[in-house]
Amino acid sequence: MLQFLWLVPTLPLLGFLVLVLTEGKLPNKTVQTIGVGSVFGSALLSAMIGIEFLGSPTSAYIQTLWTWMEVGPFKPQISLYLDHLSLIMLFVITGVGFLIHLYSAGFMEEDPGYSRFFSYMNLFVFAMLILVLGDNLVLLFLGWEGVGLCSYLLIGFWYTNADYGYAARKAFVVTRVGDTAMAVGLFFLFMHLETLQIQPLMEKAASEWPVGSALPAIAAALLLGGAIGKSAQFPLQVWLPDAMAGPTPISALIHAATMVTAGVYLVARTHVLFELAPDVQFAVAVIATITLLISGFTALTQTDIKRILAYSTISQIGYMFLGLGVGAWSAAIFHLMTHAFFKALLFLGAGGVIHCFHHEHDIFKMGGLGRNLPVTFASFLIGGAALSALPFTSGHYSKDEILLTAFHSGGYGPWFWFAGVVGAFVTVIYTFRLIFIAFFGPKIHDVDEHFDGRMRIPLLILCVLALLGGLVQMPLDSVFHQESEIVHAQGFDWVEAITTGVPLAGLVAAYLVFLKGAFKPETILATNWGRSLQQFWYCGWGMDALYIFLFVRPIEWLAVVNRNDIVDSLYNGVAAFSRICYQGLAWTQTGRLRWYAAGMIVGGVLVIGLGGMQ
Amino acid sequence: MILFWLIFILLLGGGLAWYGERRGPKMPGWISLGVLALDLLLVAGIWIGSEPSLALTGAQDASWILDFNVAWISRFGINFHLALDGLSLLLVALTVFLGMMAVACSWTEITERVGFFHFNLLWTLAGVLGVFLALDLFLFFFFWEMMIIPMFLLIAIWGHENRIYASIKFFLFTQVTSLLMLAAILGLVYVRYKNTGTFSFDYGDLLNLQLDPALSLWLMLGFFIAFVTKLPGVPFHTWLPDAHTQAPTAGSVILAGVLLKTGAYGLLRFVVPLFPDAAQSFATPAMTLGVVSILYGAHMAFAQTDVKRLVAYTSISHMGFILVGIFAWNEWALQGAVMTMLAHGISSAALFIIAGALQERMHTRDMRCMGGLWPEVPRLAAIALFFSIAALGMPGLGNFIGEFLVLIGSYRADVTLTVFASLGLIAAPVYSLIVIQKVFHAEQRETHRLWDFGRREMTLMGFMIVAMVWMGVYPQSMLDLSEPVLENLDQLVRFRN
Repeated sequence: MLQFLWLVPTLPLLGFLVLVLTEGKLPNKTVQTIGVGSVFGSALLSAMIGIEFLGSPTSAYIQTLWTWMEVGPFKPQISLYLDHLSLIMLFVITGVGFLIHLYSAGFMEEDPGYSRFFSYMNLFVFAMLILVLGDNLVLLFLGWEGVGLCSYLLIGFWYTNADYGYAARKAFVVTRVGDTAMAVGLFFLFMHLETLQIQPLMEKAASEWPVGSALPAIAAALLLGGAIGKSAQFPLQVWLPDAMAGPTPISALIHAATMVTAGVYLVARTHVLFELAPDVQFAVAVIATITLLISGFTALTQTDIKRILAYSTISQIGYMFLGLGVGAWSAAIFHLMTHAFFKALLFLGAGGVIHCFHHEHDIFKMGGLGRNLPVTFASFLIGGAALSALPFTSGHYSKDEILLTAFHSGGYGPWFWFAGVVGAFVTVIYTFRLIFIAFFGPKIHDVDEHFDGRMRIPLLILCVLALLGGLVQMPLDSVFHQESEIVHAQGFDWVEAITTGVPLAGLVAAYLVFLKGAFKPETILATNWGRSLQQFWYCGWGMDALYIFLFVRPIEWLAVVNRNDIVDSLYNGVAAFSRICYQGLAWTQTGRLRWYAAGMIVGGVLVIGLGGMQ
Repeated sequence: MILFWLIFILLLGGGLAWYGERRGPKMPGWISLGVLALDLLLVAGIWIGSEPSLALTGAQDASWILDFNVAWISRFGINFHLALDGLSLLLVALTVFLGMMAVACSWTEITERVGFFHFNLLWTLAGVLGVFLALDLFLFFFFWEMMIIPMFLLIAIWGHENRIYASIKFFLFTQVTSLLMLAAILGLVYVRYKNTGTFSFDYGDLLNLQLDPALSLWLMLGFFIAFVTKLPGVPFHTWLPDAHTQAPTAGSVILAGVLLKTGAYGLLRFVVPLFPDAAQSFATPAMTLGVVSILYGAHMAFAQTDVKRLVAYTSISHMGFILVGIFAWNEWALQGAVMTMLAHGISSAALFIIAGALQERMHTRDMRCMGGLWPEVPRLAAIALFFSIAALGMPGLGNFIGEFLVLIGSYRADVTLTVFASLGLIAAPVYSLIVIQKVFHAEQRETHRLWDFGRREMTLMGFMIVAMVWMGVYPQSMLDLSEPVLENLDQLVRFRN
């Protein structure tokens, strides 16, 4: 089966090509068959390849298709690399991707851009698969930019709304800032190590660069730039909340389950570099902590159901980065996977709410949805529980693993653990704030759940995955050789107890505040500082305003000021000067003889006079 | 002899097309397509049978595929010397291909003096081919001048509202700077005359001259300014936005697609090999100029509201990469510069065709008057999106290969400048996506009842899309052709990085 690996990305690409070349003239049924079918094919194939690969003793399989370009030693190939890490990504992308495609087939039914939607979706799956299968960094970069493009196209899918277009461009440009750092990182790596093929590159780096030296630090930092852009980490996280302008299945697929976690994949893929650069790895943990806290607090103040989930995604990716930062490589990938399950579930559930609620996003206009939308309700309960890391859900296993490794990682480990636990507490609060406000309490509107099987089945499958996904064993030992191990203490371990207990405490607190009304959040908002703090958090800690002030306004100002190209005025100056000379000379040509005679005499006298002075 | 015919067929075809107008208004177009197709066949034949044969020209390097050399003005050592290697083959193929596109895209746009239009078009192309093939500096200069005049007429006669101003500006800029080049050529020949006592304008003879460093710098600057004006690089660029905006679509296609590339070709073929030491000492200023062009072009593109002006400024930005690549002078950067020439030739030509199609339909180029055109012209919109994406350097399409190779090479030459040049990658989506947003996305202002791309336009766009993807996923087929040439140049001139 392994030799059919190339088909896995090719099928969605073919789907894209067919949908584009037919120019949207196919009936919806056919579009659905092609769009969903191609990803289903990939998923099936991935499953078969995965079974064979896991059963075989090999740790990696390489399939080279052709040489992309060859200039001296620079020789990136179109070559796919399958190991356990890319296999897990393959499962997540094609599996969750297929479920979301199926869901979209129902969700987007009424949309006039049905075919365009599926063509972009298929292209996205293709690019994402190339990203995780690329055997060299240039091919990875192709997928990397490709998913960025699809993200742009799909955020701005409803293009008549100019705000959505703005959000789409913002996402593209902000991530491109990170991508550019990454590109420079590739130039740097190639200059020093003469290859960009990932495995040889890592081996070379490990053998040539000593731990803690400057070169791996620069390389890791530049790659990290790409990772934080794509994965919406501080300080490049500003694009993700606005990216919610896209149709909700997009948010589930691109901005929760797959693309935004590409940064985690990149760091895990190049973990050797980060191990060589402990300072940069420490920076990863710091960035992660900052991100997970500020976005958690921001999620507390949001009222838009999708924006709450968006900030929560940023925060959860923060946990993955924390895992990377403390060397818990497989735990980070584990959390990536479980997060893909439960966050996709939550987004698809949110899509259900929005679908049934006539495009309403404000949770305060909902209420008592629990009885009307049973499947959605179940999705939110299970997804929310997993997001909150309540015991026995998938999120619990993965998040705990990250936090415990952080605690035991030495140095500032306990501090990272503490921040993570605070973040976990906040996570429960904002998750159940959403659930209690929207699904419990008095009914505000009567809605009914008009899902068909295409929407219901993916939700149910994801419910199961979000619950049980934590039982999967990550077969990543062959990828990450040196792992920080969790040291399990004998008997009662208070660290473990707190890590597990805090989400439960959060649940109780959320119950008391939002359901029982034991404490009114409004009392904080009534105070001056509470109000300004709420405002500050609500607008994402002022990051947008800062960037607008620092970059957007000056560039726009410069554009307006220099619209007519200052350089051109130089040449216009030359033209004006010649015109003045011409006019000056024309003015002397009066046609009056006495002026000419006088001119000759004056000239003659001057010449003779000057000659006499010599 | 084939090389001579490549050019002569076009000259002849130009005359025929002019005359053919009497046989009907579509006749000149068909004749032009016919002669260009003939040329394309010749080029394809050369491409397929191309095995660089040894020492055809007698020059040191051995990468020439075809050579044609007859005495012309023997008294001054001037020969009619044409030769073709992998580099010129690629550019000749690009020229002929875009020539066909230019004819096809002006099929309905040009209604007046159709014959004379095609005459000028073909003569411009002939001039460009001459520039890419000439190995005698006098002949080179001859073709250099020859391509300007019909281009000037194309803008001045079939251009838009402000065509006279734009065409004269174009003419003055290129003319004044090519005077500098003429002086430099004569200076070079004179130095050789003093050394050897014979006249020769031949490229091979003028390589490896022992030059006084100061004189060498001045002579190099003569060439450099002429070529950078054509490229164009900041600060010699201001003719381009005007010329592009006012030119008819075919004029813009030829201008952006191939005429600009003659500047890049000149830098690559003449400036560095003829004046290696001076070029090396001038590398940092030249690369800086390239980086300034990248960023300034991007900045100016962002500021525009006129679609064609915007695309014109993006050309300046992309040409900056070529300047950086050539003066970084290593195998990656040079290959990157060549790939950028080809890819930008296709992508900018396509964008100008799209801008021209919009103008033909809306009678304006002002983006503020457009918006929400996607549902009305979905094919046009999707293709515009494709080429905007290509232009912003999406991997998998041609421009990425070029720019990435340039940067990977220039990083070795100068880290700081490369980092600044990379900022162009951030700027590219800013200006590219604004076009899509303002023209095709957003709320529809009014219903225009526009017509979408028809069969003719889809065919020509189809060819360009295929070319773009081909360059992006299998650039090796082109890199293989230019590789021996660039290796030779690299051997000839070694920058001490």
